Order: sequence, then C-alpha cells, then structure tokens
Amino acid sequence: MSETILQVSGLSKSFADNKVLKDISLSLEEGSVMSIIGSSGSGKTTLLRCITGLETADRGTITVAGERVFDSERTQKLTREQKRHYQLLTGLVFQNFNLFPQYSVLKNVTLAKELLLKEQIKQGKAQKDELEEVEKQAKELISSVGLADKLASYPCELSGGQQQRVAIARALILSPKVLCFDEPTSALDPEITGEVLNVISSLASEGRTMLIVTHEMGFAKEVSDTVLFMDSGVIAEEGTPKEVFENPKSERLKSFLNSTLKV
Amino acid sequence: MNSFAEQFPVVFSALNTGFLQTLKLFVVTLVGAIPLGLIISFGSMSRFKPLSAAVKTVVWVVRGSPLMIQLLIIYYFPGLVFNNPVWGGGENGRFIAACVAFIVNYACYFSEIYRGGIQDVPVGQQEAGIVLGMSRSQIFFKVTLLQMIKRIVPPMSNEIITLVKDTSLARIIALQEIIWAGQAFLKGSQGISGQIWPLFFTAVYYLAFSGILTLLFSAVEKKLSYFKV
Repeated sequence: MSETILQVSGLSKSFADNKVLKDISLSLEEGSVMSIIGSSGSGKTTLLRCITGLETADRGTITVAGERVFDSERTQKLTREQKRHYQLLTGLVFQNFNLFPQYSVLKNVTLAKELLLKEQIKQGKAQKDELEEVEKQAKELISSVGLADKLASYPCELSGGQQQRVAIARALILSPKVLCFDEPTSALDPEITGEVLNVISSLASEGRTMLIVTHEMGFAKEVSDTVLFMDSGVIAEEGTPKEVFENPKSERLKSFLNSTLKV
Repeated sequence: MNSFAEQFPVVFSALNTGFLQTLKLFVVTLVGAIPLGLIISFGSMSRFKPLSAAVKTVVWVVRGSPLMIQLLIIYYFPGLVFNNPVWGGGENGRFIAACVAFIVNYACYFSEIYRGGIQDVPVGQQEAGIVLGMSRSQIFFKVTLLQMIKRIVPPMSNEIITLVKDTSLARIIALQEIIWAGQAFLKGSQGISGQIWPLFFTAVYYLAFSGILTLLFSAVEKKLSYFKV
C-alpha cells in the first residue's frame, strides 16, 4: 500500500454566484496517475488551479506530501518562503504552454531553479556548485523529452508539441511531488498530440504522480490508475478506467462518454 | 554683416549652443520620465481604488492641458502666488522649471503606454511564474518587463520623437534653447538682425536628431525581433 501524496478535503469554490466546486474530496497515491474528465464548465480546471495555488478555494483543505498547503481556516499569513515551499510541491503544465518567449529552451527550463538556488545560496541554504548542476540537469530533462537539438531555440521557433514538451521539462526540474496537467493537448493539432501524450505516458511508467485534466479519453483510459468524472462542480463518478469507461453508472457519464466518442 | 557667408558661422555657433540646451532638456526629461512613468503606471493599475482614481485624475489633467500652459504655470505660479520663486532666476532656474514640467508631462504619457504594454502580456506568463515559485518582483523583472518593452517600442519611439520637437515649447519661458537662439537674429544679436533664415534653419537640427532617433529605434526593434510576443 503506497502513501497518499495528495489529499483534498471538502473543497468549495465560487465565482460570484456561480458555485464551481462543491465540497470536493479526493486522494491520490504516490506514483499513481489520476485523470479528471468532464464537460467544460464542470469545474475540473478550477480544481486543478486550486490545487496548484492559482486560485484560492473558499472552503476546504489541500495536503501535499503531508504538508497542509491550503486550509481555508488558516488565519496566520504564510511567509514568502513557506508559500514558495508549498507552491513547489506541485507543478503545472498549462494548456497554452506559457513558455517565456524571450528565453531559449534551455533558459526556460533553468530560470526558476536558478532564481531559487541564488536565493538559497544567499541564505546559506545551498552551495554555489549546485548552480552549475542546474544546466546539466536541464539538458538531461530536455533530451528526455526528445529536444536535445533545440536547446538554443526560442519558443517561437518550435511547434506546439515541442513547446509543450519544453513546458513539461520546465515543470520537472523543480521536482514537484504532484505534476498537474491542464488539458495538455487541447491547444495542439490532432496529429501532434501523440508526441506529448507519449512523454506523459513515459513519465507515468517512471512512477511520477500525476493529475491530468484531459479530453483525450483513449489516453486517459490507457495511462490512468483512477479516473474522476466531474459534473457541475462535484465528482459524479470515480473508479478505475475500466469501471468508468466500460461500466458507467450514471446517465450523465454515459451521455458524456457517448458525446465524446461521436466527436 | 550682410553676406550669408559672413552670417553663417555666427549663426551656426549660436544655434549649436541653443541646441545643446535643447539636448540637455531632452535627455533630462527622458531620464526622469521613463522611471517616473513606470511608477505612475503602477499607481493607475493599483487595486487600491482611491490611489488609482487619484493617479488617473492627475494623468487626465496633465494629458488634457497644453504643455505650454503647464510650463508657464510651473515656472511663474510659485513666484506670483506665494511670492516664492522657487526656481531662482536666470537660465538655470528656467532650465529646472522646464525639466520639471517636461518630466511630469511625459511621465504621464509614458505611464499609459507602459500600462498598455504590461496589460498586454498574457496572464498565463504570470501564472507560469507563480507555479514555478517565482516572486512577484522576479516575475515582473525576469518575465514581464522585456515582453512589455518589446510591445512598447513603437509607441515610445513616437512619443520620444514628439519630445524632440516639444522641447521648443520651453521657448515660452525664455529658455535659451535652439528656437530662442534662432529667433534672436530676427530681433538682432551679434550684429545680425532682421534675419529669419536662422529660425528656419533650426528645423535642420530637429530633422537630423529625429532621424538619428528613428535609426536607433529601428535598431532596438531589430534587436528584440529574436522572439515573438
């Protein structure tokens, strides 16, 4: 039995009068992959944004690797250092990549880690030689996503699939406990989604803990240990890919799966 | 001194002296207004409503009234109303007053250009910085700033070339810039009077200077063309 690495309890979030998340709870075990499916507006992206700290939930708690990264009851302010520590427990790969256009592929991957280490060196928490390691590590990650020949390229010179693979390397260099993906292939041409999905699959087989919001049902079925189906802000169904895709219980999930198959 | 050949060296030297003052005003204005504009743009984007409202009002007043009137008010108002001519007399006092008027005026224009440039940077860039654990200032300086600069080069070059010519407005408080120097030969100076060509000739200076700036800005644009925003 492996350890629970992500625990979300009673999470609720509203935008004005619109209740986007209603008392969501889930848990994710270390080394497992969870996919979240559901129609747009079901709250899956908001859930991911709450977990990665881009949105603040109204109620509930989020625990990553035993640390309470979010608690709506918490009254004391977090220090900058605590915030960053919690922030870096999760990583996020965006739908639109959001690479930094003015930096080369290599610099996109090294930037955040270098800034972090420079601060830690100032505080005496890291050594100067660790800074030299960053570039080496970045190069390894970039070749692991198949872009060793693009180190010096700029994002505008890359295809969408290549950009997304750089974005994955950029997230990996900070060694997040849970790597989240927000519809990682939705902005890509259908014929190049494969190269990104392959990278994610190989991360899964290396035992990375991942939380993936996706519209790629075939991929979700293949790569996930658990699949969540979200509908109007609640988790409507949860189970193994086999259970969810082959034996949907609710009418809502049945009709959702039917409609995605038709497309 | 009647022949053009005799007049030219005298006029040329006087115009050069005047142009030096023009150039000084131009440089000081940029050095002051470029950073001040950034502070003003942060003020107008502030989520603290009273601050952003106050800043927006100031920007409206400064952009909505003629720079020439602002020059006159800033130069004469303290002396006339409070009997306290803070700028002191002489060319030095006039120069300082002109610098203050130009810096405030141009900082307000720049602030709006900056605001547009900052708000045009997609929010995803900031969010990428946040999830990578960067601080707000790291995100601004390492991510947003250069993308903003790339976006604002064309409108800024417009404003800066306008500034070259706007410096002539300082003539209204008798700052001895190049227009003042050219006009002097109309009234009579150094044995030359009733000549209007020196005033016309000042345009050559403005043209040459804005030409150099145009080349400079296209070089900057080219330098930043290695990435797309």
